[in-house]
Amino acid sequence: MKLNPIQRRRLLFILLIIIAVALATALALYALQQNINLFYNSSQIAAGQAPLNHELRLGGMVQANSVKRMPHSLAVNFIVRDNAKSVRVSYVGILPDLFREGQAVVVEGKLTVQGVVQADQVLAKHDEKYMPAILK
Amino acid sequence: MWLWINKFAAPKNFYQIAGTIIPWTSILCALLFLYGLIGGLILAPPDYQQGDAFRIIYVHVPSALLSMLIYISLAIAAVINLVWRIKLADIIIAVSAPLGAAFTFLALSTGAFWGKPMWGTWWVWDARLTSELILLFIYLGVIALRAAIPLQESAARASAILLIVGIVNIPIIHYSVAWWNTLHQGETLTLTGASLIAPAMLHPLWAMILAFICYAKTIILIRARTEILRREKQSQWIQAFLRN
Amino acid sequence: MISLRHFLAMGGYSFYVWSAYGITFAILSYYAFASIRNYKRLQRRLKKLLAQQPQ
Repeated sequence: MKLNPIQRRRLLFILLIIIAVALATALALYALQQNINLFYNSSQIAAGQAPLNHELRLGGMVQANSVKRMPHSLAVNFIVRDNAKSVRVSYVGILPDLFREGQAVVVEGKLTVQGVVQADQVLAKHDEKYMPAILK
Repeated sequence: MWLWINKFAAPKNFYQIAGTIIPWTSILCALLFLYGLIGGLILAPPDYQQGDAFRIIYVHVPSALLSMLIYISLAIAAVINLVWRIKLADIIIAVSAPLGAAFTFLALSTGAFWGKPMWGTWWVWDARLTSELILLFIYLGVIALRAAIPLQESAARASAILLIVGIVNIPIIHYSVAWWNTLHQGETLTLTGASLIAPAMLHPLWAMILAFICYAKTIILIRARTEILRREKQSQWIQAFLRN
Repeated sequence: MISLRHFLAMGGYSFYVWSAYGITFAILSYYAFASIRNYKRLQRRLKKLLAQQPQ
């Protein structure tokens, strides 16, 4: 591949543009890191890093045997946890098909003074594994 | 090698070579679609978590992959066009940008049809979905820029620069699921190491990915031939070609 | 027929699965059709133009 001086200058110019744009983007993303994260995990909420009475999202696993449905209503309480800490969630509404104990969820709602997340919406997060039912 | 590329890139040679390739890629494309669709819709077992809804993977993943593959090819074509001023590179950009936009749109809409039953929402502003939406806007920007600038040479240069600047979005889309908390799950397919999907589900997925690549190649070749005819209609060889 | 109905039902997700496949193949086939039509149309028009002008 032969480059004459003009072509070399053009190529250098393009490389400079790419480096400059990449650098600017990286800095912007770094500065906005917290805002790009879709949710807090339960340790962050338990540690008081999330604002009270503010619309926020909490992500984590639904703890096994923690789902309590209220009779004759759509109200449900459950616990979301990560490896360390857990947070209680209460929700009234229809849960997505993939909502199961031991599965990941993202809960949207407000954190109350009691440390409970009052959810407006519960989204199920699934993992990147796909397999037939028999293998499970 | 370099001479050979230059020769291939001459519109006349490209036009003729494309003409011979197109029937073969069309047949290959049809066979791959047939295998992928039968395998994906009928033979593959339902997923243990998602049941039959997981079958959307066979149109969603290839669309998303193609939206990025086409973008990377266009960014390379943009560099070639800016540095070596090869006419063919701009023709490829002109005809592939709408196709890239179509695949991006398909990735987003099939993703919505998958997200609603599984996640419980059509759309969420997480890093993966948002960066893919930005990709759609970049494609639309390239198309709009070309339509807005009447002078072909300036249009080519402006859209090439936009394509090169926009390349930073591609790694962001790819790594978004690893860098940030997202609702979208991580990567299933890996070229090295084991993919996190059962073989009976994986084979149709690769077939569909190859089918989409084959489809895109065929369409780009057909549209590039059309564009060459349009741009070079005054040239000797086109007139000779049309006469017989 | 039961198996066809079972196939179309997609385990209760028929709307989502068939919508996703529908939109994909609608766009892909339209685009393929339009690309071929554009090529043929242009070729025909240029041939006509050429036939009109003297050799």
